[in-house]
Amino acid sequence: MRYSAFRIFMEGLTGNKGWKPAWREPEPKPEYDIVIIGGGGHGLATAYYLSKEFGLRNVAVLEKGWLGSGNIGRNTTIIRSNYLLPGNEPFYEMSMKLWENLEQDTNYNSMVSQRSILNLFHTDGQRDAFVRRGNAMFLAGADAELADAAQLRRELPFLDFDNARFPIKGGLFQRRGGTARHDAVAWGYARGADSRGVDILQNCEVTGMDIENGRIRGVQTSRGPIRAKKVAMCVAGSSGRVAAMAGMRLPIESHVLQAFVSEGLKPVLPGVITFGAGHFYVSQSDKGGLVFGGDIDGYNTYAQRGNLPVVEDVCEGGMAIMPMIGRARLLRSWGGVMDMSMDGTPFIDKTHIDGLYFNGGWCYGGFKATPASGYCYAHLLAKDEPHPVATQMRLDRFRTGNIIDEKGVGNQPNLH
Amino acid sequence: MTQPNRIGGGLIDRSKEIKFRFNDKHLKGFEGDTLASALLANGQRLVGRSFKYHRPRGIFTAGSEEPNALVQLRTGAHQEPNTRATMVELFDGLRATSQNHRGSLENDLMAVTDWLSPFLSAGFYYKTFMWPKAFWEKFYEPAIRSSAGLGRLSMKEDPDIYDKGFLHCDLLVIGAGPAGLAAALAAGRTGARVILADEDFQPGGRLTAETLEVDGMAGADWAAQAMAELAAMDNVRVMIRTTVYGAYDHGIYGALERCTDHLADSGGKPRQILWRIYSRRAVLAAGSTERPIAFGNNDRPGVMLAGAVRTYVNRFGVAPGREVAVFTNNDDGWRTAADLTEKGVHVRAVIDCRDRAAPVQLPDVRHIRGASVVDTVGRKGLKSITLTDGQVLPVDCLAVSGGWNPAVHLTCHQRGRPEWRDDINAFVPAGSLPVGMAVAGAANGSMTLAAALAEGRAQAEAQISDLGFTPVQAEAPNAEDEPHEGVAFWYVKESRKRAWLDQQNDVTVKDVKLSHREGYRSVELLKRYTTLGMATDQGKTANIPALAIMAECTGKSIPETGTTIFRPPYTPVPMGALAGRSRGKDFRPYRLTPSHKWAEEHGASFVNVGNWLRAEWYVQGDEKGWRDSVDREAKTTREKVGICDVTTLGKIDIKGRDAGAFLDKVYSNTFSTLKVGKVRYGLMLREDGICYDDGTTARLGENHYVMTTTTANAVLVFRRMEFARQCLWPNMDVHMISTTDGWAQFAVAGPKSRDLLRKVVDKEFDLSNEAFPFMGCGEITVCGGTPARLFRISFSGELAYEIAVPARYGNSMMGVLMEAGKEFGAAPYGTEALGVMRIEKGHATGNELNGQTTAYNIGLGKMVSQKKECIGNVLSQRPEMIREDAVRLMGFRPVDRSKKLIAGSHFINKGEDAVMENDQGWMTSVAFSPNLGHSIGLGFVKRGHERKGEIIRAVSPVHGTEMEVEIVSAHFVDPEGERLRG
Amino acid sequence: MIINHPLLGPRDAAEFVYLGDACLIDRPDWQAEDAMERFHDYGYLRDNPAGEHRELWYHEQGDRSWLVVTRNTLTHEITHVELARDVARERGRDK
Repeated sequence: MRYSAFRIFMEGLTGNKGWKPAWREPEPKPEYDIVIIGGGGHGLATAYYLSKEFGLRNVAVLEKGWLGSGNIGRNTTIIRSNYLLPGNEPFYEMSMKLWENLEQDTNYNSMVSQRSILNLFHTDGQRDAFVRRGNAMFLAGADAELADAAQLRRELPFLDFDNARFPIKGGLFQRRGGTARHDAVAWGYARGADSRGVDILQNCEVTGMDIENGRIRGVQTSRGPIRAKKVAMCVAGSSGRVAAMAGMRLPIESHVLQAFVSEGLKPVLPGVITFGAGHFYVSQSDKGGLVFGGDIDGYNTYAQRGNLPVVEDVCEGGMAIMPMIGRARLLRSWGGVMDMSMDGTPFIDKTHIDGLYFNGGWCYGGFKATPASGYCYAHLLAKDEPHPVATQMRLDRFRTGNIIDEKGVGNQPNLH
Repeated sequence: MTQPNRIGGGLIDRSKEIKFRFNDKHLKGFEGDTLASALLANGQRLVGRSFKYHRPRGIFTAGSEEPNALVQLRTGAHQEPNTRATMVELFDGLRATSQNHRGSLENDLMAVTDWLSPFLSAGFYYKTFMWPKAFWEKFYEPAIRSSAGLGRLSMKEDPDIYDKGFLHCDLLVIGAGPAGLAAALAAGRTGARVILADEDFQPGGRLTAETLEVDGMAGADWAAQAMAELAAMDNVRVMIRTTVYGAYDHGIYGALERCTDHLADSGGKPRQILWRIYSRRAVLAAGSTERPIAFGNNDRPGVMLAGAVRTYVNRFGVAPGREVAVFTNNDDGWRTAADLTEKGVHVRAVIDCRDRAAPVQLPDVRHIRGASVVDTVGRKGLKSITLTDGQVLPVDCLAVSGGWNPAVHLTCHQRGRPEWRDDINAFVPAGSLPVGMAVAGAANGSMTLAAALAEGRAQAEAQISDLGFTPVQAEAPNAEDEPHEGVAFWYVKESRKRAWLDQQNDVTVKDVKLSHREGYRSVELLKRYTTLGMATDQGKTANIPALAIMAECTGKSIPETGTTIFRPPYTPVPMGALAGRSRGKDFRPYRLTPSHKWAEEHGASFVNVGNWLRAEWYVQGDEKGWRDSVDREAKTTREKVGICDVTTLGKIDIKGRDAGAFLDKVYSNTFSTLKVGKVRYGLMLREDGICYDDGTTARLGENHYVMTTTTANAVLVFRRMEFARQCLWPNMDVHMISTTDGWAQFAVAGPKSRDLLRKVVDKEFDLSNEAFPFMGCGEITVCGGTPARLFRISFSGELAYEIAVPARYGNSMMGVLMEAGKEFGAAPYGTEALGVMRIEKGHATGNELNGQTTAYNIGLGKMVSQKKECIGNVLSQRPEMIREDAVRLMGFRPVDRSKKLIAGSHFINKGEDAVMENDQGWMTSVAFSPNLGHSIGLGFVKRGHERKGEIIRAVSPVHGTEMEVEIVSAHFVDPEGERLRG
Repeated sequence: MIINHPLLGPRDAAEFVYLGDACLIDRPDWQAEDAMERFHDYGYLRDNPAGEHRELWYHEQGDRSWLVVTRNTLTHEITHVELARDVARERGRDK
């Protein structure tokens, strides 16, 4: 069923009775070519690109809850490709290009909104680092724009320019950055994959892996055993638990990131803004809520909830840069469990077990990566070699020393 | 006539009339009113517009669960959007305006969306606006954005102040209704420290809204008596207007006290206080929330919850209508009919969906059994209702009761899942509650007054007994178990019209069914697809009926279908309150250097370095731009002598028999061999082999070292060293203390520095080059006996010293040094000149030691000893980290010396495209060298050490520039280091 | 969260800084044949359990003790708090 304004019009005239399910609810088959563990954004995107770009359709996505119930369903919806390092930037720029055509590609309006992202800087050292970053973005074919304080004052007069503890010296824009409607991304990919024959199995929790002689044969699930030629883990947030079924220890810790939304407000913020002297980033959703977040709580946890110190720290950051939000109310908070990797960079790689693949370690930057992660993982699964933009996202990079540490804080996950 | 709907009774003070404005209407109410009750008293039924369809809406509830009656309160910078009229305490001069309409509230142009609703069903926007592609950002999205949102921010800085506080108690009682009061009394009488918090300004909960009796007196009177007893207890703190909004780990609760929101003006006092309450135990007595029944056009102004109608009648002396009908699926709805009748308000009928005898005998009220309301009439105010059998009843108010939901929210904040109870058709707290929490009264599914009183007391006594307090014998309050039976009846199937579930977000029964049809069947998917429960009321009245309908669609039971997760906050909390005083200049504390006052008095401009404020330069005479000052300072230092406060560098005193051996482990180079009276430069790695910090460490005695760290890493280095000391080498005899704030330290640099210091340092200390050579150090005295430490170290590359005195002498020391330096032409210098001189000398600082670079990159690979155990040396040898083609720290100068280098430029070989594959490195730091007369830079470039003299391009696309630069040694000035040894 | 400091009693977790798994105490022998491999595992691989976790917290705004806290990563319940120095000694980290 193709979605269009015309279809909406016709359905509206006939009582909206003709809409079909966006996806089937199939029973598991005994065997698939590829089983993807995890029906979040990345897993669904992987299935979508496998079926669409690589012609592999005997594929199942196993989701222990409802589809999109992972971190695709709880994030601050920011998309951007303003990375620094060669191991990252081409990958995120590829993702950005996929975002730019996502709706037309999936026939699902995931509301990709290139309303710009701005990183504020407050010291000369930060400015130098942002110049380096902006130039790296250009070198990788992305866009960047350096703005001084005067320009920002014209564009964003509500920022605190006059009474700030850390005065704003300028910022780095990526005008092509912005936001997307996070749930709709998952739904668009799910619908697209389903329509090409991928089985999306909700409420199907993997409980064990069948590994014989160093080769994966299938998985045990709450809906029975499923054989598979290849099994692809794609469960950021739960990577530790799932990989443990294959006897793997990972360079990952699980941490909680809280995020917040305010009550609905008439338009206030044009784009995404991040604070450079505290932990705060914010955008305004199309519904009017300010969507914002800050730092992770900082301790290992699998509980999808956080504590007050970080809530208050985030709101302090918000009031520090835009004191006009004081009378807006925080409406809802949530916590997502993050795969915090040892250098802040993810993994898309084979494992030491034949036929078992790993995608994870996305820290709290996985949302923007969804399209490229799906595409590159599909590429790896289909061709058994990494996609050219993801060649460095390897599990063995800590052995070789090819660390991809954007923040430069080392092997302490809670600092990334 | 004013207040046409005001009737007798209630807990309002009729002697205190209050004037207020709603839109352009000037109205009056009484003290004790809420804005909602006052609006109803004045017959103002239409108060707002819904989010999506801009449907006219009135007041639906009497509490914080209100979905419809949202207003903008106050004006100017005090304007406060989305405020629930039901929670606003009326004050004199109050101004409220309705929101979310174009044109007037009565004639909202956006109401056209209501007529288009067949095309705007749940999730319609996911299916369209995709063609043509460019239209989304240019046209569709701006249109959606401008019509979305509810209230408006003033865009001005919030003028109020907010405070934060911390409270500790044995027992926190949440809710001052019957269960909460009983709990607080029981606990308070034992002497335990009790906090009783209630979101209302009038404690008593439903006791204030019902006609039920306790101990033979009116419920409200009993509540007042209980409050009086509690107020007399020193160990009890009663907090009204205080919402406990979140349950966090280990018995910590977040609470918001609204201190001045009920006043016309805060009078300089904090508007609100955000409390963090540390409780040993808690009793949740948050009561319950009534839920509606969905039927056609059930969202009209005049359709209200039955319990809310009782609240307005009994507590506020307001009749929400003059011709009222009740639609109920339970016994409780009947009480509304009884109370209204008692007050002389005409009740046209009670429509009970149950086909059974009336639980209460009301001779004058018609009882319509087994029937339902299918539709209503009256766009801006209810005029009539239509029943299943087609009969039409003219009414201006319909009281709806669909049963009550225990307020389980806080029990689920730690992801506990509630459990369904068929007998009350509601979820009740179950499973893993937050540690230390017990639940009592309606919140626990104990739905009668007698049960609430008994359970509140019992739970409190159990909690307090666990803590070792002995409950006090006292007579239990006497009340009855009122009838409360009901049936599961969620929506009227016969209704053909749209039936609202989430009134604010305009989610109807049809939307839930569509969501099911399209496969969005999990409760979470339903919520996300339809936006059910995402409005400012968080679906407090909407979620359970919607869940029941989804359960019906899927053929599963309600508990099988599940419930969405409850998350903090229980009700929305202003950002200003969460930030408290940490905003503006007070966002973070200032750290001031010891000579800050002197610097202020001598023309310094200051810069943030972390939380420190440091002098960045000193303006003298007619210097126009900062460059004038910085050039002068740098030149003066190189030619004469300059003085700089370097106190911000971290200073750590390290003592113990194993101090040297310990330093060998934390530094990559060796310190145990350092001679007493000597200083050495040290490089510190992280365990992953990346450069972490650098600085100098002096050996003042056999077992005494003094380490300096960079300003940025002072705290972190100390932390890591404590880790090494306590966790890695716990048996070493070594002790450390941070003395960063204990010593004021000044760099005295330049050819005249020794001459200057000789005037300050006491005569018995020989400063000659032989007695006090480069990298010497010692404990000395200055100014006739003031203890000091002197280090002959140089960041500038000149003959230089750093001298430290106890911090309290810092400001005067700066003056003394400057006075002594007068004859030599001394100048104070700031961080900018410091930076210029360090670039001239090729020293790496934060821009180079950025956490991504190795010792090999900065040319100090040889400093990483492989002959001893030290942090980071093993992993520093990983193959990718010592690649021959790795970047190396080099100096750069523009081929055209008049050009200005740009930090952050990337290096590209001549003749190659400026793309990532050809990236050769980047410029880290640049400065204008007043000594060389042109721009110079430091940067990392591949194989740099082999490329001296090569010309390469420095490109900066963000500036749209590029220039040719020459790769040179990073040591621009005095490369042999003769000056600093002189 | 509240951490019951063995010397100072209950303290708000906000006074502390978190490091990670207490296995960081078990720093490998730098002279071992396979030192590089051991340091890789030490530096980068974690059990990351969903359940009981022994972890290092530093009382930075207090007495600067490093503590080993046993805490459940699913419930955040803290069952045991020890001085890291004692744990390190128990695990044989002698001079």
